[in-house]
Amino acid sequence: MMDLRWTPAEDQFRAEARAWLEANAPREPLPHGDTFEGFPVNRAWERRLFEAGWAVVSWPREYGGREASLWEWLIFEEEYYRIGLPQRVAQNGIFLLAPSIFEFGTQEQRDEILPRMAGVDDIWCQGWSEPNAGSDLAGIRSTGVRDDAAGGWRLHGQKTWTTRGAFATKLFGLFRTDPAADRHRGLSYLLVDLDQDGVDVRPVDKLDGDAGFAEVFFDGAFAPDSAVLGGVDRGWDVAMATTGSERGLTLRSPGRFMAAAARLVDLHHRIGAPTHDEQGARDAVVEAWMDAEAYQLNTLQTVTRLAQGATMGPESSVNKVFWSEMDIRLNEAALRLLGSRAPLVEGAPDAVDHGAWMSSFMFALAGPIYAGTNEIQRNVIAERVLGLPRK
Amino acid sequence: MHFAFSDDQLAFRDAVRDFLVRECPPSVVRSAWNGEPSQLWPQLADMGVVGLTVPEAMGGLGMDDLDLVLIMEETGRAGLPEPLVETTAVVAPLLAAIGGTVAAEHLPGIADGSTIAVMTFGAEYAPWADRAGLVVRAAADTVELLSPDAYALVPQANVDAARPLFALDPRVLDGGPVLASGPAAAALAGAARDRGALAVAAQLCGLAARMLDITVEYVKERKQFGVPIGSYQAVKHHLANVELKLAYARPVVYRAAWSRHAGDPLASVHCSMAKVYASEAASVAVKACLQCHGAIAYTLEHDLHLFMKRVWALLPAYGDARWHQSRVATHVLG
Ligand SMILES: Cc1cc2nc3c(=O)[nH]c(=O)nc-3n(C[C@H](O)[C@H](O)[C@H](O)COP(=O)(O)OP(=O)(O)OC[C@H]3O[C@@H](n4cnc5c(N)ncnc54)[C@H](O)[C@@H]3O)c2cc1C
Repeated sequence: MMDLRWTPAEDQFRAEARAWLEANAPREPLPHGDTFEGFPVNRAWERRLFEAGWAVVSWPREYGGREASLWEWLIFEEEYYRIGLPQRVAQNGIFLLAPSIFEFGTQEQRDEILPRMAGVDDIWCQGWSEPNAGSDLAGIRSTGVRDDAAGGWRLHGQKTWTTRGAFATKLFGLFRTDPAADRHRGLSYLLVDLDQDGVDVRPVDKLDGDAGFAEVFFDGAFAPDSAVLGGVDRGWDVAMATTGSERGLTLRSPGRFMAAAARLVDLHHRIGAPTHDEQGARDAVVEAWMDAEAYQLNTLQTVTRLAQGATMGPESSVNKVFWSEMDIRLNEAALRLLGSRAPLVEGAPDAVDHGAWMSSFMFALAGPIYAGTNEIQRNVIAERVLGLPRK
Repeated sequence: MHFAFSDDQLAFRDAVRDFLVRECPPSVVRSAWNGEPSQLWPQLADMGVVGLTVPEAMGGLGMDDLDLVLIMEETGRAGLPEPLVETTAVVAPLLAAIGGTVAAEHLPGIADGSTIAVMTFGAEYAPWADRAGLVVRAAADTVELLSPDAYALVPQANVDAARPLFALDPRVLDGGPVLASGPAAAALAGAARDRGALAVAAQLCGLAARMLDITVEYVKERKQFGVPIGSYQAVKHHLANVELKLAYARPVVYRAAWSRHAGDPLASVHCSMAKVYASEAASVAVKACLQCHGAIAYTLEHDLHLFMKRVWALLPAYGDARWHQSRVATHVLG
């Protein structure tokens, strides 16, 4: 029977999470995690989160979680963003890789990788894209060459657009381990230590000026057999499961957008709208707020299905298009309120909220590109959800 | 009825375009980001571009917005990091309209490139004010000249570092010689703002066209799944949308230039419409062009961001699209 209320136990969980966050979250806003100065500060904070058992609430206790339900995870995310905390530097590990480790990993891999990931001892980055393999991910050319003597794989090639690569200690990547096989078949999903010879990480500045990207060059680096996730030459299937997480539930929880919408509403209260644009700006703010609400409702439906044992299918593409486009509209509404102050950035005396809206607008513009471009997602929706003929 | 530019106007445009292609490549815009001005001002003055709107008797070309609009479009296309809108489109015609000793004193210096001029409107930020030898201020009821020792500038870091913005520090502002007051001041300031909006609209069209050119080239070269990405409908449609927006922005912008030239009583409304349409074209271009590049343009290494950020900086300049649309609304709906 439908019941859109939280249970008393869920309310209790929320109260506990809120109380802890209110007592422990840093008083000063955290600096941006994708900068050389900001990264260690964020990492230290996320370490505290781990020590108090709040880093990965839905995980088993043995790996640092509290065995919370998916519902409680959503609640925690709401509270986390509500209090103004930023996206986590651990996110590509805990939200992208971890679900695939739970699904495909061996016991040894889980035991070794998950606690260090949750405790931010290791920071994981995603090494998929290459200069010639973006949307066409199966076009990957980086290779893993068999080294029987050493019991593993020698890596060669280049990854690019690796988010937080400059700060990461580990990389989960796709490498071609069978050059003779069909392009989707010969790939293995490898868990690679970045701190070794034969790995060269070069930071690349993003559009917003942060050193948030990296190019990662491999020249004979080593990945032992124990670092293969989901079986040799079986990497494509594992990767598709990871993208399900990336596009679907975990990377962008509704709490994040509900908090952003609340900040937008607060901005409207604080500075109002330019007098010539009062009604239009008001509409834009309310539309963004409603979008966040709609996104939450869609997620609640999805989580219900998942809780009943369903798996994420191509509808994760629907989700990805929605949140990425909503995020742009939301930030555009804020810039509209700011009027002539919209272009001001950090350091400008007149910048509202230290120019945070211009930065988050720029970041939002990346949303339709990363996690699979929105053009590709619309193709997926058309072909796999609607069943339209493929070309 | 004849809606086209003259051969002379087109030839001048081509000369400026060739000059900027040669002398203002993206590396020059990047240097401006690092606080090194382009050094192009003297050459632009020699070509007559800076003094285009200055009367011939004072060393200029004695032309107006109709001759200027295509030049402005080219400076947008190049991302020129110089205060040409401010000096040539906004301030020079204002001084010329006032005439007398003020004009005689300042216009020759503008035409020969020795004086850069900017204008501030109310609390709006003035670009490049640090390089200005002349600052005109539209206050509540007056238009004033600020003497260099009468004001201080507060830098306001903005998303386009090649176009630095400044606020006037109100604490040290004691005004300067009043050039006009009452209705005359309002008329001068209004016309100056119209010219600024028109010039910026032309630049926005140029920026959109430049981003589109860069992207069209890229999607022909870049291959995914074994074919150029430009062969995908999704990519084609993005770029066709930009072309569409531009096709319906340019005539609106050119009409505004003509209206100012011809003294059409609706010139202000036409300038507003120009800013609305050009803002839309440029905003659509930013998103479409970034999207069609994928991650490669989401970096500082790639040139696209230089043009994207100029667009964001220009959207609010001389009234944003919403402000201008409200003026059109007043005209249409009362
Ligand atoms: C902020 C950010 C963070 C990122 N982080 C990571 C990371 O951590 N790890 C990682 O591996 N990668 C990362 N990426 C890279 C991202 O995965 C790729 O950018 C994305 O897959 C697109 O690839 P591409 O950039 O090569 O663009 P391309 O694939 O070259 O696409 C260019 C354009 O062509 C379109 N196109 C391509 N093929 C088709 C088609 N068949 N039909 C219709 N249109 C098509 C695209 O939609 C796009 O508009 C990140 C990207 C960004 C912007």
